Amino acid sequence: MFNIVEKRRWYFIFSGILIALSLVAMGVSYMRYGQPLRIGIDFTGGSIFVLQFEGPVSEGQIRDLFAEFGLESAIVQPLGSPEEHRWQVRTREVTAEEVGELLTALEDQVGGLNRDALTFDTVEPAIGSEVARAAGLAILVASVIIVAFMWFSFRKVPNAFRYGVCTIAGMTHNLLIAFGFYALMGIVAGWEVDSLFLTATLTVIGFSVQDVIVVFDRIRENIPKYRREAFERIVNRSILETIHRSLATQLNAMFVMVAIILFGGTTIKPFISVLLVGMVSETYSAIFIAVPLLVVWEKTARRRAAAQAAA
Amino acid sequence: MSEPKTWRLVAIILIALLALFIALNIDHPAWAQNLLFWQPEAQREIALRLGLDLQGGLQVLLAADPPEGQEFEAGSMETARRIVESRVNSLGLTEPVVQAQGERRIIVELPGIENPEQAVETIKGTALLEFVDAGYNPLPAETVITTTLGGPEAVQGDVVTGTSSLTSTMGLSTTPEVTPTVSTTGTESAQPQVSGKVYETILTGADVANVGLDRTEQNEYIIPFELNEDAAETFSQYTASHVGQYLCIVLDKTVISCPTIRERIPGGRGSISGAFTLEDARQLAIQLRYGALPMPLRVESFNRVGATLGTQSVNRSVRAGVIGLSVVLLFMLVYYRLPGGLADVALVIYVLINLALYKLIPITLTLPGIAGFILSAGMAVDANILIFERMKEELRSGRGLVRAIELGFDRAWPSIRDGQLSTLIICAILFFFGTNFGASIVKGFAITLALGTLVNLFTAVFATRTFVRQVAFAAGEWLSERKWVLGV
Repeated sequence: MFNIVEKRRWYFIFSGILIALSLVAMGVSYMRYGQPLRIGIDFTGGSIFVLQFEGPVSEGQIRDLFAEFGLESAIVQPLGSPEEHRWQVRTREVTAEEVGELLTALEDQVGGLNRDALTFDTVEPAIGSEVARAAGLAILVASVIIVAFMWFSFRKVPNAFRYGVCTIAGMTHNLLIAFGFYALMGIVAGWEVDSLFLTATLTVIGFSVQDVIVVFDRIRENIPKYRREAFERIVNRSILETIHRSLATQLNAMFVMVAIILFGGTTIKPFISVLLVGMVSETYSAIFIAVPLLVVWEKTARRRAAAQAAA
Repeated sequence: MSEPKTWRLVAIILIALLALFIALNIDHPAWAQNLLFWQPEAQREIALRLGLDLQGGLQVLLAADPPEGQEFEAGSMETARRIVESRVNSLGLTEPVVQAQGERRIIVELPGIENPEQAVETIKGTALLEFVDAGYNPLPAETVITTTLGGPEAVQGDVVTGTSSLTSTMGLSTTPEVTPTVSTTGTESAQPQVSGKVYETILTGADVANVGLDRTEQNEYIIPFELNEDAAETFSQYTASHVGQYLCIVLDKTVISCPTIRERIPGGRGSISGAFTLEDARQLAIQLRYGALPMPLRVESFNRVGATLGTQSVNRSVRAGVIGLSVVLLFMLVYYRLPGGLADVALVIYVLINLALYKLIPITLTLPGIAGFILSAGMAVDANILIFERMKEELRSGRGLVRAIELGFDRAWPSIRDGQLSTLIICAILFFFGTNFGASIVKGFAITLALGTLVNLFTAVFATRTFVRQVAFAAGEWLSERKWVLGV
């Protein structure tokens, strides 16, 4: 029988490297932007405009016009290829009254706007921080509920508590890697944390138990079946019995997510990407981290018990 | 093996056909649309509803902003929502949305609107309603005047009063007199102008206790109103001494209309009559009743999506969904063969049922909502994968076909149940979060994902099981000899 659990040290090292890289990405982001992940206006407040001009305009023209409205610190960036004349402008929070004047002034002084393609978003700083607090709470509540749910499902298995803790370990692993990926994309492509990122995070938390549950279920089923076998062997057997399913399911989820990333709407690409990374990490961590951890725990506990008996 | 229950197969086929009928993008007959008794009559339509991010438009999130240390009464949020709704309706948009979000927020969605200034002013302008003594010279509608309570400079921004439609003349008369007064309100001035005169304010919106809308036997719309006790006395005296003169209804220093006083109005009960259309009358009644919001509203966020971007998003999402699901269908067929093919049929039914439910409930689709749906479809096969893997195991360990099928379904069930439950828990948290902060995109994702998870229990477990049983019953022996067809 192929032994997955035996080589656990390698998986732990591999995951350690991935997590270290994630932390590095967040560190670099922190040094550059003062935030481990770049936080978007949903949580900080501010305004973003996407302006589709009908002809070529220069960055300076746009910047000057925003400066006339007291928005000197506006960040002006071109979007897409230069022939598209699409620009993104980020500023502090702009009021509804100012937007109208700004747009009229842009048309008058900079160039014709395609109003049908015009997009803007403004969030007041006060609600931004409120949303941020609620987001933190939502993540905490979600984690606690999911772990409690795990513990409840496995309450009749010996040492149910360990299953819960190993699930948390896997969940933390997935979140760190997803965050690291997002931090990296923040540095490389300017991705920012918005309410969709929060949605992705919560979804990753929710799905963090999907594969673990299947393996744990099988362990639960196999323990009374193979009474003579060592726990490690039972665990390994359970992984091998369920790995086809884990991979097949993961593949299908990947098919649709890759399709959305490649062909779907542009605004949800960061959302689906982080979901994809989180879910791939989830399948991996279930088989190679959470379940082997269970074995480590079991062995340590046994060694201690033996040492105590000997003493 | 006992004969599988054929009624199950029939039921599934009927449900699938019904879902197909609803999901199809055709003109559904009126009787079908009218069956949607749980929807307001005016909105009974079997059609997909697209969110603002897909059709383009402006979304504004408002929050109650009571002055420091002041709490607002229970129920006043609902009043505020109704006022906002009536003001939004005056913009004449197709299907605007005004919804309460949590305890102190209102979300307003205005499809097709571009100018946030206009929208925000319409929504949150705390309008001041005044009844102004105009003497014998009526003021044309839309004239901006100065009253004893202040001039137009006291009013911020342009307030859309919706008066443009209220150009008909009106007579103020006591009930039950209903004859419309054909008094002219002066020559129509091309440009509303500020006259230098200061007009005396007789009553304000705060004095109005109740406003109704009624229709006389002559099919004229009238607006009966009732004043507070104190104001009733003032009004009675005032009307007695000013018969034949004009009393102008002024909203935020802008004249709405100037009815004549036909006679003394005692007891604080009167009505405004005139040649209104229903819309005009309703508009005026709303302005009289809800001249001012019960509390100031602050704009917390607003965002606008261009219509072209919305269309693009829809097209791209459909393309991504078709491509992604085709790959899933192909994978299932190749990897699990016959059962995979049956799961594919169930997946197609899954898509149809979901689309049908979106139209029936109805659920407003957003871009993340569509992503949630596509994702849920991709993961819907998970239940089948669990079952089929288990089935293969049982077959390999030498069990008979029928027994392996039953064991596959039964033993996979705890894992399916636990996985689905954890998804539903997360959806509930997302939904709660999205509702409280007007983050309708978060809500959209949670709803489609949760709905998909529930539908999946029907298609992936019940429907697939029925299909597999039927096939095993019809071709059991043939299959037992050719296990490769089952993916083993």
